[in-house]
Amino acid sequence: MIRILKQIFRTGIVTESLPPVSDPELEKIGPQLEEAIKRRFRRSLAIRQVDAGSCNGCELEIHAINNPIYNCERFGIHFTASPRFADMLLVTGPVSRNMEIALRRTYNATPPPKLVVAVGDCGCNGGIFGESYASLGGIDKVIPVNACIPGCPPTPTALLQGILRAIGG
Amino acid sequence: MIRLKNLVMNVLGDDAKEDDSIAPSSVMSLIVPRKRFAEAARALKKDYALLAGEWAADETAFNRGFGVYACYRREQEYLIVKTEVPVDDTTFPSLTKKFAAAYRFERQIQSLMGLTPVGNPDDRPWIKHEDWPADAWPLRKSFNAARTMPRVPGEYRWIRAEGEGIYEVPVGPVHAGIIEPGHFRFQAMGEDVINLEEKLGYVHKGIEKRFESFSWQEASRLAARVSGDTTVGHSLAYARSVEALTGTILPERAQWLRALFLERERIANHLGDLGAICNDVAFAILLYQFHRLKERLLRTNLTLFGHRFMMDQVVPGGAAVDIDAEGIKTILAEMDWLAREFERLVIIYDENPSVEDRVRDTGVLKPEQARDLCVVGFVARASGLNLDCRIHHPFPPYDRISVNVPVLISGDVHARAWVRVEEVRESIRIIREVLKTLPEGKISEPVGAPVPDRSGFAAIEGWRGEILYWVQSGPKGEINRCMVRDPSSVNWLGLEQCIHGNIVPDFPVCNKSFNQSYSGNDL
Repeated sequence: MIRILKQIFRTGIVTESLPPVSDPELEKIGPQLEEAIKRRFRRSLAIRQVDAGSCNGCELEIHAINNPIYNCERFGIHFTASPRFADMLLVTGPVSRNMEIALRRTYNATPPPKLVVAVGDCGCNGGIFGESYASLGGIDKVIPVNACIPGCPPTPTALLQGILRAIGG
Repeated sequence: MIRLKNLVMNVLGDDAKEDDSIAPSSVMSLIVPRKRFAEAARALKKDYALLAGEWAADETAFNRGFGVYACYRREQEYLIVKTEVPVDDTTFPSLTKKFAAAYRFERQIQSLMGLTPVGNPDDRPWIKHEDWPADAWPLRKSFNAARTMPRVPGEYRWIRAEGEGIYEVPVGPVHAGIIEPGHFRFQAMGEDVINLEEKLGYVHKGIEKRFESFSWQEASRLAARVSGDTTVGHSLAYARSVEALTGTILPERAQWLRALFLERERIANHLGDLGAICNDVAFAILLYQFHRLKERLLRTNLTLFGHRFMMDQVVPGGAAVDIDAEGIKTILAEMDWLAREFERLVIIYDENPSVEDRVRDTGVLKPEQARDLCVVGFVARASGLNLDCRIHHPFPPYDRISVNVPVLISGDVHARAWVRVEEVRESIRIIREVLKTLPEGKISEPVGAPVPDRSGFAAIEGWRGEILYWVQSGPKGEINRCMVRDPSSVNWLGLEQCIHGNIVPDFPVCNKSFNQSYSGNDL
């Protein structure tokens, strides 16, 4: 036990503030967006992540925003186990044909009002997998999408910025 | 290196013909008559060979019908046994009687190529879901990949248990955590699992078919996205198969850089998994601590190599990014830091009785099961199988860098975690050695155009285990077929078998200790 406590104190708090973004527009609206989570979601934004066919690259980065360095919970972002109490679906793609029905059901199980954010190049437009017998392309081919976060995969910072942008917009 | 080949030739006599269309020359290939395909398997099984993969190729472009290939491995040797299947009688003898691992390979061949394995006890589709038209065989050349597939009514026949108090738990495809989609069907009594059946294929994106529409260079980007967490491993296996096919000789420095990327990928994933295993037994502190270490490695990757996972940095012909003296210093310092921090966390893991209680004797895959299922990678090494391509089929620079891998026999969650602890230590040592002996020179070589109707084979040790690629050039030298075998394709069978007698709430930690790729399996 003493080792565990020692490790905790030795490590301290490693969480970083969001690195400054190159887009001056975003820098300006950043604080406003945090304000938006407080105002519009009563300080708590519940996200359900859905892998609709991705290669798992985007999932790794979504995991990363939950690590102690990015610590997305400090902004009031929480990943839920069920779509039934989610405010937002964070969907990675492309939508495979075999996931189409499950994605629609997840969407329908999410109570309105709901936001859908497509993650990654594949989620935005099908990426390298494109459209074929097995891949339907971007998320918007199957369910309505409110915002896109491009990147292959998008970095944790890009993800956080994209989520904040989706809430503000 | 020709023992397996001679063995089959002795048994089959003149019926087995040598096939020299495959590269590299260290991999042997035989063509056998269709009716004796399973006989070759029997002989090889008797000689303790393991089945590494089984796949089919549409060779109608060469007026030959279909080719069915089985790849066997024993010690340093790989032997590919091929048989030809005519267009008007699309059946071949099943290998399942000798190799249980053939079970899903053959279902996949049947589902995607439309060739029937005679003698396989399970004719349900695999990867292909029940709502596909029965005659949709996407890997056939006659199949138009751009067509939209209609949905037809159909039902999957699950294996069911019956009796008083037995109930069923369906899980997925959308899971509770941030993971890939798949469906698990438990038959349970009380908390005890009687049977677990997996249904995968949810992330089937038509990758193998898509390869055929790309040029050899473009396809490298696709290989990098077969399984996002193994982007270096898959790029490397693809690149090596193309280099074998075209006879490209790589500059030394490129080989060393690739090993650096591969070991960094191994460390990052093992760190992430060790944390996740601890989290699944409610020991969250180590999740955050291990992920803190992983994050630092990913950031260094971004600074030095331009991408957090080093995606697209291994290309056919070499590496896409070099490292300078300053970068070497950064990594060496980082390895010192990592070794120090990592050991502190390992002690915490090792000394905690509540963790030990959950991970020991949980999800045991016995050595004989591991051998029967032909599992690979750290799953095999945790169950007494001493398999590692870096040692048994060493590709440069591993032929000059000694690799020590741990082999444990308990086959439980702890063994799969501890093998990774040892591998992280070993990878740190390998990275130091690679950086110390990094040769000077170019980092890439142009890759020539392949000759028609040849094939290239590569086996490399990714962080999950052995990754196989087999590429075949078409009549114009284009990609006729690119076979991808992720380690998960065989290891998924191990998860099903290790869960018997465990309780349903222990499934997540068992699953996490395997941490298999869905995307790499479903393709």
